[in-house]
Amino acid sequence: MRGSFSTITQCLSAGLIAAGIGITAPAMAQEDTIKVGVLHSLSGTMAISETTLKDTMLFLIDEQNKKGGLLGKKLEAVVVDPASDWPLFAEKARELIAVNKVAAVFGCWTSVSRKSVLPVFEELNGLLFYPVQYEGEESQRNVFYTGAAPNQQAIPAVDYLMNEEGVERWVLAGTDYVYPQTTNKILQAYLESKGVAKDDIMVNYTPFGHSDWQTIVTDIKNFGSAGKKTAVVSTINGDANVPFYKELGNQGIKAEDIPVVAFSVGEEELAGLDTAPLVGHLTAWNYFQSVDVPENAAFIDAWRAFIKDDKRVTNDPMEAHVIGFNMWVKAVEKAGTTDPDAVIDAIVGVSVPNLSGGYSTMMPNHHITKPVLIGEIQADGQMETVWQTSGLVVGDEWSDYLPDSKDLIADWRAPMSCGNFNVATGKCGGKGTTN
Amino acid sequence: MSLRTIHPPFRPEHFLITRPARPVTILLRRILITLLLSLALVAQASADDASLRAIVAKFATAKNFQATEAIVRELAGTGDPSVERPLAALAEGDLYFRKSDNAVFIGKEAGQSVRLSDPLTGESAGEEPKGALTKVRVNNSLRRTVRDVTGTLTLGSEDPAVRLAAAETMFGNPDPEAVDGLAAAIAKETVASVKAKLEQARAAAVLRSDLPEADKLAAIERIAARGDRAALSLLIGYENAAPEGAVKDATTAAIADVNSRLAVWAAAQNVWYGLSLGSVLLLAAIGLAITFGVMGVINMAHGEMVMIGAYTTFVVQDLIRGSFPGLFDWSLAIALPLAFLVAGAVGLAIERGIIRFLYGRPLETLLATWGVSLILQQAVRTIFGPTNREVGNPSWMSGAFNLGEMSITWNRLWIMAFALAVFFLLLFVMKRTAWGLQMRAVTANRRMAASMGIRTPWVDALTFALGSGIAGIAGVALSQIDNVSPNLGQGYIIDSFMVVVFGGVGNLWGTLVGAFSLGVLNKFLEPYAGAVLGKILVLVLIILFIQKRPRGLFALKGRAVEA
Repeated sequence: MRGSFSTITQCLSAGLIAAGIGITAPAMAQEDTIKVGVLHSLSGTMAISETTLKDTMLFLIDEQNKKGGLLGKKLEAVVVDPASDWPLFAEKARELIAVNKVAAVFGCWTSVSRKSVLPVFEELNGLLFYPVQYEGEESQRNVFYTGAAPNQQAIPAVDYLMNEEGVERWVLAGTDYVYPQTTNKILQAYLESKGVAKDDIMVNYTPFGHSDWQTIVTDIKNFGSAGKKTAVVSTINGDANVPFYKELGNQGIKAEDIPVVAFSVGEEELAGLDTAPLVGHLTAWNYFQSVDVPENAAFIDAWRAFIKDDKRVTNDPMEAHVIGFNMWVKAVEKAGTTDPDAVIDAIVGVSVPNLSGGYSTMMPNHHITKPVLIGEIQADGQMETVWQTSGLVVGDEWSDYLPDSKDLIADWRAPMSCGNFNVATGKCGGKGTTN
Repeated sequence: MSLRTIHPPFRPEHFLITRPARPVTILLRRILITLLLSLALVAQASADDASLRAIVAKFATAKNFQATEAIVRELAGTGDPSVERPLAALAEGDLYFRKSDNAVFIGKEAGQSVRLSDPLTGESAGEEPKGALTKVRVNNSLRRTVRDVTGTLTLGSEDPAVRLAAAETMFGNPDPEAVDGLAAAIAKETVASVKAKLEQARAAAVLRSDLPEADKLAAIERIAARGDRAALSLLIGYENAAPEGAVKDATTAAIADVNSRLAVWAAAQNVWYGLSLGSVLLLAAIGLAITFGVMGVINMAHGEMVMIGAYTTFVVQDLIRGSFPGLFDWSLAIALPLAFLVAGAVGLAIERGIIRFLYGRPLETLLATWGVSLILQQAVRTIFGPTNREVGNPSWMSGAFNLGEMSITWNRLWIMAFALAVFFLLLFVMKRTAWGLQMRAVTANRRMAASMGIRTPWVDALTFALGSGIAGIAGVALSQIDNVSPNLGQGYIIDSFMVVVFGGVGNLWGTLVGAFSLGVLNKFLEPYAGAVLGKILVLVLIILFIQKRPRGLFALKGRAVEA
């Protein structure tokens, strides 16, 4: 008994010493580097999408270091793996800010992971750059939303279908979770405000990873045979898309007859599937790999050289990280420090080149300006831009089409400094849990 | 010579001037007139060709889709059948123009270069590197326009299939102007099936025209007789525009008639979907029916065996694409035995390495196999990357055919046939072979079987390998309808356990009946409750069922159960 007890204490003390070394090592390194946290799942369900974003961050940090770093120091990436486990995102975020003392965190993909880290960033006053299109209805002081809000993706896509394709009947199909539900609620309100009858809208939700689409595709086909031009607005997430499009193709639904516009299908997803049944269907994003401008060509070349794969594709969330990272760099240079409060003040109004040939600006609501592109999927898995907004669209955090949020605005500049200012009552703190 | 005196002016009036005719001159004059006429004809034709070419050349300068559409309409307006070639190429995205001189060609990509051909004649026009060409851009509305305008152009085609397609296009897009053209085509038509489609197309056009009521009533009747979704769509679209009175009433009646016929087909279709879902469940569960059902091992890594089978298919297809593209349609047949061997070998390793130490300890088995499943997932993620891998459908598994108003997709049909084949093969192995007998003997009474000289540890190992191998070949089939990603297996593990438990542990027939009844039940709930709620309801029903009959549909009886 005694022997084993002493072994345990020995182990413990050894462990403590090791832990002590572990803690002091980064503390010493901190003197000459600025740390950047990367919070993307490298295992589990979301690894499929998020691994690329981790690589993108490493690439951006590498590029910045080649240019001489930031404020005379080198940048250092701290990569953690929250393993597609939402509560673990919060733990890992805490670890990044409290233990590793990172200056900013780039990460999260799903809305639920973002929601789970929000309180951590608020409590520890960290900075989060969130690169994925999302449902809106949120603006937080410590978070910068570099992906699209619904008005930067969903609403222009619906406008395109309505005006260019003459669509009168709508199927809103989505996976059963927060992003599709909120987006569809906004779209439904928007369509009704445009005079679309309730009977002409069909809303359908499916579970994550749904693979048997026979019934739903038949329903869509039947819904579409009412003598009116029909389109599907798809917020179907990730993996479920492949069997969905396969079923559409097999049942002979062509893009000319019933086009599907998807908000979650990008180049990266298309790289993993047989594109034949998808050709002609639409996607709406703020960036396509096929955008033919020198900035984009240079980015793709550098990215492929970094990842050592000359076939690697680029996609919209990657561009969002490029924009977000460059904005952060610029704001830190402007503020002269990585202190979160100073950066939050400095970053509003910062403008950096995006990869579609223009500039994106950080707005006071912590969303950015972006062009909106509608693309048709080509046989090679690339999108061909068929329409784009004439100018940049400002991300609208609180949708104007939902009764709960139409009076709310966010402005993080002093003196307002509020994420949900109600213009009707003139008070900060309308709906929502964020402030 | 007299010829010389005539030649220099070379103007028609000179020949036509009446002069005292001598036999030689008359002959000469005739020859020359013929020559001239044919020359004029050639000139006429080439002028037309030149004007077509001029229109086609405009594709190079069209700034936007509207401009391209105007060119399409202009081309179609010429009524020349030869414009079908450039239009079809445009719709396919095969129309290019050369950056240097804006010349328009039809191109087929061949590696880094594009093989060009003339847009009107289709004659080969050399090759250009991709960079020197720009594709004429096309979108859905342009494709639709092309399809609609070529419908009328191809009505006179030699090929009955093309005429049939043209008639279908015109049915979907009725044009009152085309009534007479269609009537002429019907009169000429010799193939009965094409004639019927042409008559339906004419009926559709009649509805839109201002022909008298009697014609319209006949048209409605003809469209209603067609009785499919397209007919219904057309009638619903017409209902509001129909004049009050007999025509409107007839339309409403026809819609009701078509609807009631379609409802019967819809029910049949639903049964088919249910059976098809059932066959997928059967495939996923059949391996588990061995490892869990027969051996009693709670095998949480079962889904990963399915995944390994799917990845084997990917590797096979990848090799075939790279080295023997001609064999692509055989890729699944090649992948099947390989998937069985690979997944079987992994299963064997798991049994020998882990499970054999844990027999009779269900909780530990569950945890250990769960761990194995995570290890396998992460291993695949490390080797093949986290993104989905592309597994193509061979041509014989793509598309659908119509059975009445039911559409049956080939991949589902093949999967059902395959699932049943695997099931009966397995049943044969279990019931009719010595190995199957040993397997059943070991399950029924291990000690007695051992006393009879059966090497029970090896029977265990091989049985587990068999179950895993079967899961592997299920993976080959499932790769055709699902994603090939490291998470593939997770989606099937719950369903597989559900099927085996519901059907009755240890009974293969139970698994078959369980899979199909759950599939049909799910599909009947789905239209009413939605996919999410439908699935929940199925789970609730299973829980209630298991409460009532804890051993499932077909419970094993006898001593083995109590042991």
